[in-house]
Amino acid sequence: MTAFQAGADYGDGRREEARRPAAIALDHSDPASKRIIVGYGFWIFLLSDIIMFSAFFATYAVLSGETAGGPSGRDLFDLHNVAIETACLLLSSFTCGLAAIGARAHNGLMYYGGMAATCVLGLGFLAIEIREFVGLVAQGAGPTRSAFLSAFFTLVGCHGVHVTLGILWLLTMIAQVFAKGYRADILRRVLCFALFWHTLDIIWVAIFTVVYLFGAGA
Amino acid sequence: MSSTDDYQPLRGDDHAPGDEPVGRHEIAEGVVGYLVGLGLAILLTAVSFFIAGTSLVWHPSIPIALVVLAVAQIGVHLVFFLHITTGPDNVNNILALAFGVLIVFLIIVGSLWIMYNLSQNMMPMAMPTG
Repeated sequence: MTAFQAGADYGDGRREEARRPAAIALDHSDPASKRIIVGYGFWIFLLSDIIMFSAFFATYAVLSGETAGGPSGRDLFDLHNVAIETACLLLSSFTCGLAAIGARAHNGLMYYGGMAATCVLGLGFLAIEIREFVGLVAQGAGPTRSAFLSAFFTLVGCHGVHVTLGILWLLTMIAQVFAKGYRADILRRVLCFALFWHTLDIIWVAIFTVVYLFGAGA
Repeated sequence: MSSTDDYQPLRGDDHAPGDEPVGRHEIAEGVVGYLVGLGLAILLTAVSFFIAGTSLVWHPSIPIALVVLAVAQIGVHLVFFLHITTGPDNVNNILALAFGVLIVFLIIVGSLWIMYNLSQNMMPMAMPTG
C-alpha cells in the first residue's frame, strides 16, 4: 500500500483517492514528514505577514488622497523606475526557483548561480528603491510632508525592509549550504527562504498596482 | 540521496508549500514550470503597465482592470512559484490561504468602507496650510 501511494501520480490524485478503501483514507496515524510540517508552519507565518501588509495597504488606501496641499502620486511617481524594480523582483523570483530546483537536485551550479543571481537582482531592486526614497526626501516629499506620504513610506518601506532581510537570509543560506552541504535540515531552510522570496514578489505585485499604477495613472 | 528522504511524504497525501509534486524530479520539467510562470507574470505585468498609461480604454474601467490583472498575477505566482494547487495533497495549504484571504479582505474592505462613511459625515474643515 505504501509503495502504491508513494508511486501515485499527483496529476490524478483524486482518482487514486476514490479507489483507496475508506479505512485507509481516514487513517491519520502516520505523521507527515518534517519537510511538510516545516513548510506548512512557514506558510502560516507568511500568511500572517500578508495580513500585516494588508493593514498597511488599508491605511494607504484610506490616506492616499490626503496630500495636505503637497505633491500627490501623480507628481512624484516615475513609472520607469517602477517597471525596472518590477522586472528585478520578477526575474529574481525565477532565479530563486532555479536555485530551489538546484538545491533539490544537489546541483551546485544551479543552486549557487540561482542564489547569486537572486542576490544581485534583489540588491538592484533595493538600490533603485533607496534612490527613489532619497530623491523624494530631497525634494521635500519626505514621510513628514503629508498623511499620503507617511502611508506611502510605511508601506513601501516595510516591503523594502523585508527584501533587505531576505537578502541577508539568502547570503546565510549560501554560506550554510557551502559549509554543511545539502543536508535535510539545511534544505528545509532553503525551502522556507524560497517561499519567503516568492511571497515578497506577490506583495510587490499589490504595491505596484495599488500604489504606483493607481497613483500615477488613474 | 538519503539526506533528502525528507522530500518523500511518509504518507502519499500531503504536500509542503513551495515543493513541487513528488514524482517530478526532473530538473528540466521544474525549470519549464518556472519559465511558464515567469512568462505569464511578465505578460500580466506588461498589460498592467500598458493599461495604466493608455487612453485606448474607457477611463473609469482602468482601476477595475488593474485589480483584475493583479489578482490574476498573484494567482500565477501562487501556482507556478509557490506551487499552491487545488490538488488533494494541498488541502491544508489552500485552507490556510483561504482564511488569510478572508482576513485580508475584511481588513481592507472594512477599513475603506468605514473610513469612507466617516469622511462623508465629517464637517468640512479648513485645511491648515504650510
